[in-house]
Amino acid sequence: MSGEHASRRLLDDYARGDATMAADTVWALEAHLETCAPCRSHLAAGVATGAPGIATLLDTVRDALEPQLDAAVPAPSRRHRPRWVAAWLTPAMAPWLAMTVVVTLMALLLDAVAPPTFSGDTSPVSAIAPLLPLCGVAASWSRGLDPAHELTASTARAGLPLLLRRTTAVLVVVLPGLLVGGWLTGTMTAAQWLLPSLAFTSTALALGSVVGVTRAATGLALAWGVVVAPAWVTGHLPVVLRLVLQPDRLPVWGLLLALGTGAVIARRNAYSTL
Amino acid sequence: MTPTTSAAGTAPKTYAWEIHASGLRVRVGRRKTAVDGLDLSLGIGTHGLLGPNGAGKTTLIRTLATVLRPTEGELEMLGTRVGAMVDHRSLRRQIGYLPQEFGYYKRFTVREFVEYMAWLKEVPKADVPAAVQRAVERVGLADRADHRMKTLSGGMVRRAGIAQAIVNDPAVLLLDEPTVGLDPAQRLRFRELLQELGRDTCVVVSTHLVEDVAAACSDVVLLAEGRLVFQGTPDDLAAAGGPEHPGDSPLERGYSALLQGCEQPGGTW
Repeated sequence: MSGEHASRRLLDDYARGDATMAADTVWALEAHLETCAPCRSHLAAGVATGAPGIATLLDTVRDALEPQLDAAVPAPSRRHRPRWVAAWLTPAMAPWLAMTVVVTLMALLLDAVAPPTFSGDTSPVSAIAPLLPLCGVAASWSRGLDPAHELTASTARAGLPLLLRRTTAVLVVVLPGLLVGGWLTGTMTAAQWLLPSLAFTSTALALGSVVGVTRAATGLALAWGVVVAPAWVTGHLPVVLRLVLQPDRLPVWGLLLALGTGAVIARRNAYSTL
Repeated sequence: MTPTTSAAGTAPKTYAWEIHASGLRVRVGRRKTAVDGLDLSLGIGTHGLLGPNGAGKTTLIRTLATVLRPTEGELEMLGTRVGAMVDHRSLRRQIGYLPQEFGYYKRFTVREFVEYMAWLKEVPKADVPAAVQRAVERVGLADRADHRMKTLSGGMVRRAGIAQAIVNDPAVLLLDEPTVGLDPAQRLRFRELLQELGRDTCVVVSTHLVEDVAAACSDVVLLAEGRLVFQGTPDDLAAAGGPEHPGDSPLERGYSALLQGCEQPGGTW
């Protein structure tokens, strides 16, 4: 390796500021010094012995600077937002997620206080559970709700991977809430709300590749609302709803989830220009 | 130390023009065709995009930024065809875009905002802090880098927008009305930056200000009603006008001379 390092004589000449050195030699030497620590230490030694003038000059500057540097107050350390948060969530989604959590809590509360006959054998949580992730998903890729949408839409990460990241973030917030709810009330199995929520989410994403994610999520939420609303008015669930929320209807939800996922995969390139 | 050259930088180009459009049509909404049969070839340099309101400047820039899909015709950028159902990822990595009205997260600091945009543009993780610092310094916001976006003035927000556009060292830089909100001194500084960027980048600047074009652009593209009216140097544009045409400077006279045939859709004013 010694052949790849600068010679001591060359370094000494350089340290003395030898004006007769060829320009190309100086360039090559400087380029080498930038990447080679051993040669830099040789150079430092060479400056100390071969050019005492420079060494004393450096010492004077250092002496003059040191009191000022000691007196300088370090900049107050700011609370720095962890970078990974922005990679999964946009600030525009935060209020929607907060709303989702509140709605989940309200549904749980209703579940606890509502008379059992209120909505038949199906709890209110399982009636609204499919909708909960949709609020966050709608806000995750929206021209109207996200101020930086125009900027984001033109970047390399825009498209399905970013959308899936944000959807995952929504599910990570929403699903534990529902999980705890289901466990507390003990009335519904995890599959009873988990599969419908996931099926609705994947359908929203799949439809989103055609009409836009926000529109798809809002449309699905409205459609579900139209089906569920009579239950709150009349006090008993429509037959259709009771049927689809039965535990033995899970294969239907599973099929919907699979179809939605398949459609998303098939149209994965369509998301880059939503 | 930042590397001055890279393998990608010295590789031969496989395309003749950074931006090449032929018969490009872009529909906005149901009816309006904002860009209507445009043939355009742009290479390295600073190209000023001029035209009256509603000429299709913003639509063209949004199409070039791959935000809008071309309805018809061909658009090739950096040798890649742009269109529906195509993965734009590698192309978008090389694009910088400043929208006309750009939204941002108010609680982010300038540095966080530019960092976030660098992440979205897939700048390699190790290069992000240096690239962000360089971009922020180039627009003169280094002393404000840790201030929140909502505390900045309009001109500073615009400069932060320019910083995010250049943070990935784009090969195609698209700026839509970048000088709006800048004071005269900042405009001068910005023109210098444009000239500097135009040396190795294809910069497309849409503007209403003819003097910006004269000072900073190597090439003028004049649009009217979605079609190309004129493409040439600022001197060519000035030569097109005579003393009988309205305007205060040779460029303005050339501008009005070339647009004489095109009636403004928004009525006469």
